[in-house]
Amino acid sequence: MIDFRSVSKKYGRHNGLSNISFSLEQGKIYGLLGPNGSGKSTALKLIAGLVSPTSGQVIVKGKEANRKAAADVIYLTEVDIFYPSFKIKDMIDYYDSQFQDFSVIKARELLDFMNLEEDRKIKNLSKGNRGRLKLVLALSRQASVLLLDEPFSGLDPMVRDSIVKGLLSYIDFEKQTVIIATHEIDEIEPLLDDVIALSDGEFLGMFNVEELREKEGLSIIEWMRRTFKE
Amino acid sequence: MGEEFQASKPIYMQIVDRISQQIIRKELSPGDKLPSVRDMAVHAGVNPNTIQRTYQELERMEVVMSKRGQGTFVTQDEEILLMLKTNMQNEIFASFVSNLKELGLSNKEMINGLEKYLREENK
Repeated sequence: MIDFRSVSKKYGRHNGLSNISFSLEQGKIYGLLGPNGSGKSTALKLIAGLVSPTSGQVIVKGKEANRKAAADVIYLTEVDIFYPSFKIKDMIDYYDSQFQDFSVIKARELLDFMNLEEDRKIKNLSKGNRGRLKLVLALSRQASVLLLDEPFSGLDPMVRDSIVKGLLSYIDFEKQTVIIATHEIDEIEPLLDDVIALSDGEFLGMFNVEELREKEGLSIIEWMRRTFKE
Repeated sequence: MGEEFQASKPIYMQIVDRISQQIIRKELSPGDKLPSVRDMAVHAGVNPNTIQRTYQELERMEVVMSKRGQGTFVTQDEEILLMLKTNMQNEIFASFVSNLKELGLSNKEMINGLEKYLREENK
């Protein structure tokens, strides 16, 4: 589904990612973990075709990632992407006009699920509700890859909970692969199948969440603490 | 996410334990249908593959049966339900006894101690 083949990305002299290889399967939820500056966002941007590797290849659904292939990739950034004067329903119309795979019906269902009213102005929404709206817009598309960059950052536990439940209710597990980049792992560990750990642009490891518990008796957060101490 | 999980045990097994307890407490009765994998995943805030494994494990234990196209149901076999209760009791006894042994208690002291504790608690 997604392959990183000896991928390096340099920004000037700074190493964003150094010689990273891994491979992701369809229909799973992956966690991309590491401290700030570890290369998580760079990895997501490479999959979305927003940046190109300095060397190596990023393959998405059999093709090298680029902006064109990225029509099938949803990339939810950490920054807000809204026009503040829009109402929620204007934003829905705008997405509908921009993305062929956008479903207005699904969007309405999700707004309902998240308790958002379509007549509200975006500039009047709380940070939590803006976070919810971002997820509504993302999950209303049918693209095969869903990239979430720090979807929980700065949100209170209630909002985090509704985002986790929204993901679990509306992801199409038959067709969609989800990658969640975060440094706040504790709450979302039960949501993940596998985890890819990065540090300073280096690949630390990739493992199944349940296997780590079975074999080492460790949660991901404990594993991270041990690894980063050394 | 509603529920917390211990780090030392796989999540799917912790959910197996929770469902088993609900069955023993009769919150889930023999013949009851379990929620769909997706509904259970949303409720527990965990990955659906984890719930899939939970249901497989419960099926292996013969505590539930899946009927094709209909869902997963709690068994009506009283013998299996009794065994489930006995097994869970024994697991709790085992850890209780081994903890008290580490304190150096004899069997007699354990029983006397437990009786005294229960008397106090029921006052």
